[in-house]
Amino acid sequence: MNLDSKIPSGPLASKWERHKFDLKLVAPANKRKFEVLVVGSGLAGASAAATLAELGYKVKCFCYQDSPRRAHSIAAQGGINAAKNYQNDGDSVHRLFYDTIKGGDFRAREANVHRLAEVSRQIIDQCVAQGVPFAREYSGYLANRSFGGAQVSRTFYARGQTGQQLLLGAYQALSRQIGLGNVQMFPRTEMQDLVLVDGHAKGVVVRNLVNGEISSHSGDAVILATGGYCPVFYLSTNAVGCNVTATYRAHKRGAAFANPCYTQIHPTCIPVSGDHQSKLTLMSESLRNDGRVWVPKKQGDNRKSWEIPENERDYFLERKYPSFGNLAPRDIASRAAKEACDDGRGVGPGGLGVFLDFADSIKRLGEPAVRERYGNLFDMYERITGENAYKQPMRIFPAPHYTMGGLWVDYNLMSNIPGLFVLGEANFSDHGANRLGASALMQGLADGYFVIPYTIGHYFASHKQERPSTSHDAFKSVENEVNQKIQKLLSVKGGRTIRSMHWELGRLVWEKCGMARDKAGLEEAIKRIPQLREEFWQNISVPGGANEMNVALEQASRVADFMEFAELLCRDAHHREESCGGHFRTEYQTEDGEALRNDQDFSYVAAWEHQGVDKAPNLHRESLQYEEVKMTQRSYK
Amino acid sequence: MKLTLKIWRQKNGNDAGGFVTYQANDVNKDMSFLEMLDVVNEGLIAEGKDPVAFDSDCREGICGTCSLVINGVPHGGQKATTACQLHMRHFQDGQTITIEPWRARPFPVVRDLVVDRDAFDKIIQSGGFVSASTGGTPDANAIPISKDASDAAMDAAQCIGCGACVAACKNASAMLFVSAKVSHLGLLPQGKVEKDRRVLAMVKTMDEAGFGNCTVTGACEAVCPKEISLDFISRLNRDYATAVFKSAWGAK
Repeated sequence: MNLDSKIPSGPLASKWERHKFDLKLVAPANKRKFEVLVVGSGLAGASAAATLAELGYKVKCFCYQDSPRRAHSIAAQGGINAAKNYQNDGDSVHRLFYDTIKGGDFRAREANVHRLAEVSRQIIDQCVAQGVPFAREYSGYLANRSFGGAQVSRTFYARGQTGQQLLLGAYQALSRQIGLGNVQMFPRTEMQDLVLVDGHAKGVVVRNLVNGEISSHSGDAVILATGGYCPVFYLSTNAVGCNVTATYRAHKRGAAFANPCYTQIHPTCIPVSGDHQSKLTLMSESLRNDGRVWVPKKQGDNRKSWEIPENERDYFLERKYPSFGNLAPRDIASRAAKEACDDGRGVGPGGLGVFLDFADSIKRLGEPAVRERYGNLFDMYERITGENAYKQPMRIFPAPHYTMGGLWVDYNLMSNIPGLFVLGEANFSDHGANRLGASALMQGLADGYFVIPYTIGHYFASHKQERPSTSHDAFKSVENEVNQKIQKLLSVKGGRTIRSMHWELGRLVWEKCGMARDKAGLEEAIKRIPQLREEFWQNISVPGGANEMNVALEQASRVADFMEFAELLCRDAHHREESCGGHFRTEYQTEDGEALRNDQDFSYVAAWEHQGVDKAPNLHRESLQYEEVKMTQRSYK
Repeated sequence: MKLTLKIWRQKNGNDAGGFVTYQANDVNKDMSFLEMLDVVNEGLIAEGKDPVAFDSDCREGICGTCSLVINGVPHGGQKATTACQLHMRHFQDGQTITIEPWRARPFPVVRDLVVDRDAFDKIIQSGGFVSASTGGTPDANAIPISKDASDAAMDAAQCIGCGACVAACKNASAMLFVSAKVSHLGLLPQGKVEKDRRVLAMVKTMDEAGFGNCTVTGACEAVCPKEISLDFISRLNRDYATAVFKSAWGAK
């Protein structure tokens, strides 16, 4: 396997400018001859589909939801980073670049991250032009806030619904192109597999979720913008439909899967209330700007929050990280909360929660100001828990939220399969081992609006191949495999529901490969997952048929992929004998319990090559070179 | 809690459909309404029966996918709450709950509680955007926009496109949905440029899709999980009238 990252030569700050000039172009009149298949309609997919269509390419876009407007990017609350330095507080492209590299614990590619910081500024311009109603000051200029561990205010936001507003902007741009006939949209259509012809990605096989019809679509290139794989933990903040199927099937067809063990656990979610729970709800970590995190100093202290006097409270983030305090990065804040709970000082049901207290802010700013900033989050909290957070502290607990790992891509966002591009959360490229707050929206839109439109043209201009017809044998054979798999799922007729199998898998992965991992636990998981997989194929129960809307079948098909993918996740976590970012191996920590990186042996991207189910995957390493920044031990003290 | 559920079952768009009664035992007050249905479905699957099909995705009230009429009210009648965020603590032990899909001609039933809301996408495709292609846009701070205008635009932009407004309206009118988008974009300088053609195109598509007219009953505003105000419908009417007059007189 050839993992050529294709990072352009020259000084870091001018790589992208130069590369854009070096990329080959497709003449305007020729663009309509190329057809691009975009899978996914979130920020990355919708922005790519819209922009490519604006350029003149023919685009087909697929999403499993009933409308492209519902993709899970919509749920992002807090904001989007951009190095605009509107606040005159010392921000710059270089600082955003540096913060992202450092936040990612020195496990991301310098060149990709620098490009991300550069185009961040254009994203804000673009979104404002589309009518995204970002928050403004009375001057009429854009407002910013500091967010998730940043020491400058570079986050743009639209109340607590930034993801919604950015997605609607991209959706509207996409809708315009659909209306103009440049994009053909396929809602309620789920990708089942990738089709390769002569080693190039040339199509997809999809299932129509309304009538069950399996069909093929051929294109000159395939873009996967299908998001992350958090629901491998069963409970996560992702939408219940989010899944790994598209990227995992591409992996089985030869695409390398990079750093799957880098998963992000978000510190400010509403704690679990019972076994019936179908998902966890995140509250924007912007809450940490004004809320103070604490637990009782005493173990097993069951008093109500207001009965615990100030000197018996442990504001553990402020104590451990005096300069960042409650704004310490996500992985650090999550782990600190877990440690407090492991220490028997957790609050709420099962002791799995910590307080997030707004009393001081309400005293300082007044309730109306707090309501103005976070009203919708307080309302959401009350809807779910029945508690009023203006009167008593919120309870929060960490939950799986984002996955930094994903399909391996080069600087052009192309996977090791020529013609297969991967954007947004689905790729691995920009966040290293940990993502900073308000950077996911930035990356999704950077990839879709400002990177892929340049790089895809270069691929077309360099590989002049005929677009195959869907009657090509390659399509027929993949269609057959897809149909067989569906029949197999329907024919087991065993005694266990999909949900119960998914729950059991998720529980295992959360316990053994969640916030903290160790060798013994991971080995146990690697042994146990194939057993679960076997039980799945022996004993699941999927009612209904293939040729109808069948929600149970959709879930079964997705969970079948998680049953294989979970093993890859644990194998990656097992092989990486260091702690970095979201990957915390308890054997590798400093004396005061911080993540201990091993740059000597692990400063590389782990890209896994599929060898078959029940076979260990092959590891390929892309070594990470740091020319611009000096690798340091992260310290947020 | 023990509940009796009367759920609309319909195999597909051609099937007549009807209510089927189910017993839900062991309902926990901390469950969301959809989690309660998940548990009912687990029971049905265990018996080898088809689970109840219903739409949901984010389950945190923002994607607009869930679409249940609960006891006659879209999303179940809790203020500013989607069905996925409605919790069982608002129901009583022993209660009978009726669950139906959105009912409106432009939203045909696909299966059970799932409806087709393509018509909403078509309305947006006809004009619900600013025609700004990617690139070549001015600096984001080049045009100051008053906080009031920006806040009002955001109030309208919050619409999640769930369609509860249509389901609640006796005329199956989509005016609240259309007015939210027309107002969001029309209130901002970027969107003012094509304000007239937008409102004319969107209203035309809305009418062609078969949505009814607005008779200002206010039912839409009452059920809207994002509390989109009826005032936006007034704005839509003004914008529409202005655009019609301008096009009739050929004014620019």
